[in-house]
Amino acid sequence: MLSSPFHQPESTLSVIASPRSAAPPTPQRRRGAPATGLAVGLLLLGTVAVLSIAVGAKPLPLADVWHGLTDPASPDYAVVHRMRLPRTLLGLVAGAALGVAGAAMQTLTRNPLADPGLLGINAGASAAVATATLALGVTALNQQVWYALLGAALVTVGVHAVAGGRHATPTRLALAGAALNAALYSYVSAIMLLDTTSLERLRFWTVGSLAGARTDTVPQLLPFVLAGLLLALLAARPLGALALGDDSARALGARPGLVRAAVVAAVTLLCGAATAACGPLVFVGLLAPHLVRALTGPDPRRLLPYCAVFAPVLLLTADIAGRVLGRPGELQVGLVTAVLGGPLFLHLVRRGQLARP
Amino acid sequence: MIVLRLPGGLSLRLHTRALVVGGAGTLLAASLAVLAVGAGDYPISPAEVLRVLAGGGTPAERFVVTELRLPRLATALAVGAALGLAGAVFQSLTRNPLGSPDILGVTQGAATGALVVVVLGGSSIALGAAAAAGGLASGALLAALAGPRGLTGHRLVLVGIGVTAILTGVNGWLLTRAPLTDAARAALWLTGSLDGRGWANALPVLAALAVLPAVLLARAPALRLIELGDDTAAALGVPVRRVRLAALGAAVLLVSLAAGAAGPVSFLALAAPHLARRLTRAPGPNLLPAAALGAALLVAADQVAQHAVGGHQLPVGVVTGVLGGGYLAWLLASERGSRR
Repeated sequence: MLSSPFHQPESTLSVIASPRSAAPPTPQRRRGAPATGLAVGLLLLGTVAVLSIAVGAKPLPLADVWHGLTDPASPDYAVVHRMRLPRTLLGLVAGAALGVAGAAMQTLTRNPLADPGLLGINAGASAAVATATLALGVTALNQQVWYALLGAALVTVGVHAVAGGRHATPTRLALAGAALNAALYSYVSAIMLLDTTSLERLRFWTVGSLAGARTDTVPQLLPFVLAGLLLALLAARPLGALALGDDSARALGARPGLVRAAVVAAVTLLCGAATAACGPLVFVGLLAPHLVRALTGPDPRRLLPYCAVFAPVLLLTADIAGRVLGRPGELQVGLVTAVLGGPLFLHLVRRGQLARP
Repeated sequence: MIVLRLPGGLSLRLHTRALVVGGAGTLLAASLAVLAVGAGDYPISPAEVLRVLAGGGTPAERFVVTELRLPRLATALAVGAALGLAGAVFQSLTRNPLGSPDILGVTQGAATGALVVVVLGGSSIALGAAAAAGGLASGALLAALAGPRGLTGHRLVLVGIGVTAILTGVNGWLLTRAPLTDAARAALWLTGSLDGRGWANALPVLAALAVLPAVLLARAPALRLIELGDDTAAALGVPVRRVRLAALGAAVLLVSLAAGAAGPVSFLALAAPHLARRLTRAPGPNLLPAAALGAALLVAADQVAQHAVGGHQLPVGVVTGVLGGGYLAWLLASERGSRR
């Protein structure tokens, strides 16, 4: 499998058949880029992470950030370790999870409108939490996480079954997801309208923010996100083959049904965990893959790792901007992502720089 | 398939199954409407309803039917038909099964207009007008941003994503600016509701429905050709740019007026065209079946919303999601064998 059944025929073909083969082929330039692009991305990510620790209601100079991180005697130790660090780490983990989940969804459904919530994951999580709140009186965040993951998993399996199981086509997956999403969200809003105590409890969960991060949030989340990332990256190569259509993919040695199931499982883990911790942050997963694709092109083997690095940059930048712009309080990160990311996205569309998924 | 050959070399191809579905959908919407007018705290039998509509009946019945129940019902029928029709056009224009006014930012634009009125304070008529204006403005923004290099489906979708993202952020910000009572009113409006709707709400949509379906139907064959690809359509003699612009304008107008009348009723514009397409199994946008099914769906959803939960009236937008989503999921699951 390692010798890329998907890639070789393509390059051979381009040498033999492409009339452009005489000109310097563009893929060459792109092939040199991954290491530098990723390095730049990691550098950006580091900068943003430090800034995210430094900026806030009490601004910390860079020297104090270092002392606050390492020196228990520092007056800033508590601020950094109780509040800023968990929040930054949550931004990193959730951003990576949502970015990769969104890219995988868009590639899988071959639809630029696909976001990680499309498979009903956010709706399933919301419905499960709403039911748990209404019927069992569950309110603690760390209990809600489990119900959210359970609901996400159940609904994802349901969507996959409705779409036709192993015979699911991208269109049917997207449609089944949209249908179940609508039905479940209606159910949640009906609960919230009929029962005011549920509304009061659920309001805080549906906001979508990094502000709820505590020291134990990221350790709880990490196993799910790591498993999801690993699964998504393993599936990246055959997922690229799947973009050619099921028959071509099968001819290239990929197993469409298996790959689709693996990607759906990965997206459930990633998006379910991120949603459980920060509520629905839809636009990160929708916008980030489009922005990253302008750098990498549509190949998931490059797209997914880049998304894992650049999506948290977007999320943390938006989070910092929300803290700066919203003083003395703060603006929700989901809102800032949309308002900052939207114009950037439109600019790229208008310059024709976005590739198709 | 029936082919009508008209004098002057014109011919019209009619898909039999589409005709049957369109007729059955219209009949379903009409009979649901008669049942809906009869249902309520003062029940009236269907036969009596028909007699009142024809001009007979007792004065009490006439009052209940024409003053109390008919305006709401007319709003439901008109909004449902407008959303179904517009949804079918959007899906055809974007060549995307998820293409709907909710995803392209028109609904969010209407919501922005309404929220501005909620924050600044204003009557419900002003709210409806502002919503319609907001929807039209976001439609114009969509066309302007996607326009210069042609409104191809993919560009329209991408620009729509961007516009939706920005407007959703703006709406969230506006909601946090409103005081709590106004925010509750805004949240109710944002779900889509038919409570207390009168002729003033229904008339703009009805007026649009008197004109725009003809405009769209005249372009239905061209839209079907554009679904094959812009180049193919142009080679077959379709003025692609003009058809797209006209269809987009008509659809945006329908959605904006519908949102002004009843708020952004969720999911109807996405579900109705898919139900139509899956029932007719015909290619192209399936405009009339989508409109008929949209109207039937909204009237049914409104009845469920009024009477299903004892003692509570739900906003209709809550029920369209459950009904439309459930039915679409069931259709998808039941046709699994045919692999379409």
